[in-house]
This record gives sequence, structure tokens and C-alpha cells, in this order.
Amino acid sequence: MDRIMQEKIQLIGPRSVEDIRSDFPILDRTVNGKPLAYLDNAATSQKPRLVLDAIRVYYEHGNANVHRALHTLGEEATAAYEEARGKVQRFLSARTSREIIFTRGTTEAINLVASSWADTNLSRGDVVLTTEMEHHSNLVPWQLACARRGCTLRFIPLAPDGTLDMAEAERSWDPRTRLVAVTYVSNVLGTVNDVKSIAAMAHRRGAVVLVDGAQAVPHMRVDVQDLDCDFFAFSGHKVYAPMGIGALYGKEKILDAIPPWMGGGEMIRSVSLEGSTWNDLPWKFEAGTPNVEGAVGLSAAIDYIHTLGLSSIGKREGELAAYARERLSGVRALTQYGAAPRRSGVFPFNLGDIHAHDVAQFLDREGIAVRAGHHCAQPLARKLGVPATVRASLSFYNTFSEIDRLVDALDGALRFYA
Amino acid sequence: MSAFDELYQEIIMDHYRSPRGAAKLDHVPQAMAHENPTCGDSIKLEVVVGAGGRLERVRFDGHGCAISTASASLMTESMHGLSVADARERADTFIKALRGEIPASVLDEMGDLAAFKGLTSFPVRVKCATLAWHALLVSLPRVTTPGA
Repeated sequence: MDRIMQEKIQLIGPRSVEDIRSDFPILDRTVNGKPLAYLDNAATSQKPRLVLDAIRVYYEHGNANVHRALHTLGEEATAAYEEARGKVQRFLSARTSREIIFTRGTTEAINLVASSWADTNLSRGDVVLTTEMEHHSNLVPWQLACARRGCTLRFIPLAPDGTLDMAEAERSWDPRTRLVAVTYVSNVLGTVNDVKSIAAMAHRRGAVVLVDGAQAVPHMRVDVQDLDCDFFAFSGHKVYAPMGIGALYGKEKILDAIPPWMGGGEMIRSVSLEGSTWNDLPWKFEAGTPNVEGAVGLSAAIDYIHTLGLSSIGKREGELAAYARERLSGVRALTQYGAAPRRSGVFPFNLGDIHAHDVAQFLDREGIAVRAGHHCAQPLARKLGVPATVRASLSFYNTFSEIDRLVDALDGALRFYA
Repeated sequence: MSAFDELYQEIIMDHYRSPRGAAKLDHVPQAMAHENPTCGDSIKLEVVVGAGGRLERVRFDGHGCAISTASASLMTESMHGLSVADARERADTFIKALRGEIPASVLDEMGDLAAFKGLTSFPVRVKCATLAWHALLVSLPRVTTPGA
């Protein structure tokens, strides 16, 4: 049976891959005269029609400011916004929607904690512990917070296979450590960290734990109560929702005890010229008119994921990743990075001496979209000893034949740049 | 010609495969290297100005993509025999043309450097092509007035 026929009968849950691809209008387009093969899903995901329609319907039928208007549209918009919060709560298995704060994305969520929590919980000489594999968004906010509070930033080292060296982390644990900030899934290596064990270790020693979940939520079921993390951040746009919306989960008792981050409308209870009192959770942390369109889109994206089922998504992506790993290891002169036993469908590599940018530019000529560079993790790139890598990252809507096209194009790049 | 073929023209690929003016410049300290942290490109230059005030030799040592390597190679060729002031002006013109601050047609007057006209469709690659030229601008001896 040829590849095209196989593709038609591949299933994600009860639906064929071909059918599911038709949910994503952009997957129909061509790039440089070739069908688009979108293999840059770790940067951002494409959006299903359900999400695009939800945003359009919101503006055509329900647009109003939330929590203010007494008119019908205002009530409907508020209901849609708060319903989205409930969806996120259930999506993360949080205890209550008071623990879900809408943000612009992961970066803003982490910055909220690195301001409000850090400024009331970190004292001179304290330690913040993060890792050598973090995205800049879970590194730079802590550099800023440590500089402001007179604290030291320390790092869980990366082992040669691309996992965190947890034995070393335990051995060199500093008793002044107040917070551990760790990514669930590495955006460069795809390593899935055992954040549940990390949280348990931190809690035994009296530190709180923030998990950067941006690369995890699109691919696996997340249960923040089971992980027992204190904070969890993610971005909508990586999970088939629009850009500009994301969420911070925080344990209620911690969020209750820390001050607001930004001031403005919505986050206040009463305001006088001399001072103000704060709104209840979660609105205490949501100053200004929120991104209702984004919340509605995120709500639809979560619905969409549930129609496919996270276990079907995981199974499909596991099959694609296994195939990609096998095919890429057959490409001449190709070096893959990372060998963690648990990995998501993220493939960083280099092709001989060819610069990652040249490889990516050649792939683009063939209609194949990948990322090239340091992937917003310069310390990790330095640790790997390669300033730039090419990164192909998968979603359930990718196909085996797209992986074949990638492999063929890499052979082409080897010939072109030889 | 496709945008890709405009970018990776034969002349650029030739200078990438066999760069002119490439050398091991271990005597130039690494601290003098010019870097583009977004892609990890790094370049060191050696600029030798002769007794007549003209550039006698420009060599580079670095690693980067095809575009940045070819650009460095073409730069070393195009600088030979120029006065310091003319070299500075040429680098300035090249950088401005690639950034779109002046019409790219000025590259037509610059010999083989016209090959970089195709780069204007790839704004993210402009930094690759200008790295060596920025390095040159800081390596040239200071001159206060042209020809001085």
C-alpha cells in the first residue's frame, strides 16, 4: 500500500488524519509552490476552524466589556469569559477557578510570580533554583527578581543525555532555596522532566515550585493537583488557541497571600484617592480589560482537544515521533541532540557543517517549516556546544509523508551546500 | 528565479564554498570578535592599512551561515586598495542598502556585491550578510575627515 493510501486510513481516535487535517484551514496552503509541511509546532500551533469560528462568533454576537456592563451583551461576554476560566481549571485539574489567572501567555504568567511572589517571599541571601534547560522566559524573570531581591540564582545541571541531573540537585541543595522553577518539557530537547518528583523534593525542603508547562499542555494530560506544583504556566497559542492568551495556575492560599501585580480596572474592590483595596481571586491579578477574544478562543481550543482526546493525541504523536526519530537517524551527516528516555516530538539536529539557518532556508524552499537558531535557550545551546540547531517539532496533524519529505529535503540540502 | 535561488546565487555559493580572505587569525584576541548571538555567528578581522593609507589586506576568521561567510569573503575582496574613508563609506552604503534605508539598486554599482540584492526579500538574513561589514567598521582606524 502506498504512503498516501496509508495516510487516508490512519486514525486519531475515530477520525482519519486526513479528516482532522481539514479542521485546520492553513494546512491547505502552499509555500513556494509546495504543500505546506508545518513542523514548527513547538514555536506555535495552527488553529482549527472551531477556534477561528468561536472568535468570529464572539465579535459578531457577543462583544462587550466584561464584569462592567449591565446590558445583555456585557452579561454574555462575562459569562463566556468566566466559562473559559472554568474550562482551563478543568483542563489543568485545578481545585477551583479562583486559582486560574488569565495572562498574555507563559512569559507573563512567570513574570507575575517573579514579581508579586518574589517581592514578598524572597529576602537577601535566598536562593532561586532553576535548570540549565530553561527557555529564556523561565530564566530572565528570575535573573531580574534575584537582582532586585539580592538573591542567588542556581541551576540544576543538565546530564549528557539531556535529562536533569537530579542526584546532583539533591546533593548540592542549598537550604536557603525558596523556589524551584522548572520546565515540564524542554522546548529544545523535548525532554519530559519528572516535575512531580521535583515538586516533592522541593516541598520536603520547604521550597515552592513553578512549572513552565508551555510545551507540555499540547501533548499530555496535566493534573496540577497530582503534580502538586504551586504555580503552573502555559500559553494558549501552543495549544491550538490564539496568541495573546495564557494562564497562570497558583494554589489559592499562595495567591491569596501575595499582592496584585499590575494596578488598574477590575483588580480593585474600592478605590479612593489615597489608596485601594483588592478584588477577590482571580480578578485581583487581572488589571485592565482582558483578552476576552483570546479566552473564548482558548475555551474552544480545549473543547477541540477533548473531541480528539488527549490519549489519542498522545498515541498519534508517539507514533509520528518514533517514525521521525528512525528516519532522521538514517540521514547522512545528521547529528541529533538529546537522548532522554521520555521525550516529546521535538527533534533538534544539525546537518554536517551546514549552518542551521541555511538548512532551514533550504527546507522552506521545499515548503517545510522548521525553526533554526538557539530557540530562546542560549545557555542550553552553549551547553550543547552548538550555537544554532534546526528543530522540527510535531503535532498530531502532521503526517508520515511530511516526515518523508523532511528527510528527502535534508538529503537535497546536503547536496546543495556540498 | 525563485526567491531562494535569488538568495543563494552561484556567486554567493562560490564564495561560501571557497571563501577568499579566510585565515586563522589566532593573534586577534577573541574579545575582538563580532558576534550575532541569534545564530551564533562569530567573526574576527585583520585589517592592514599600507603606508599610503590604503587597505592592503583584509582577512577574516569566523564561522557562520553561507550568507555570512560569502559576505565576509566578498567584503575582503572589495576592500583591497581602498582608502580608509572610502572603505568606511562602502561598508556604510552596503549595510544601508541591505537594511532598505537606501535603494538596493546602489548594489548594482558595487560589482559582485550586487548578488546580495536578493537578500532584501529575507529580512531575517540581513544580519547574516552585514556581520562582517559591521566588524569592518569598528576595525578601521578612525578618520575624522574623508581622505585625511
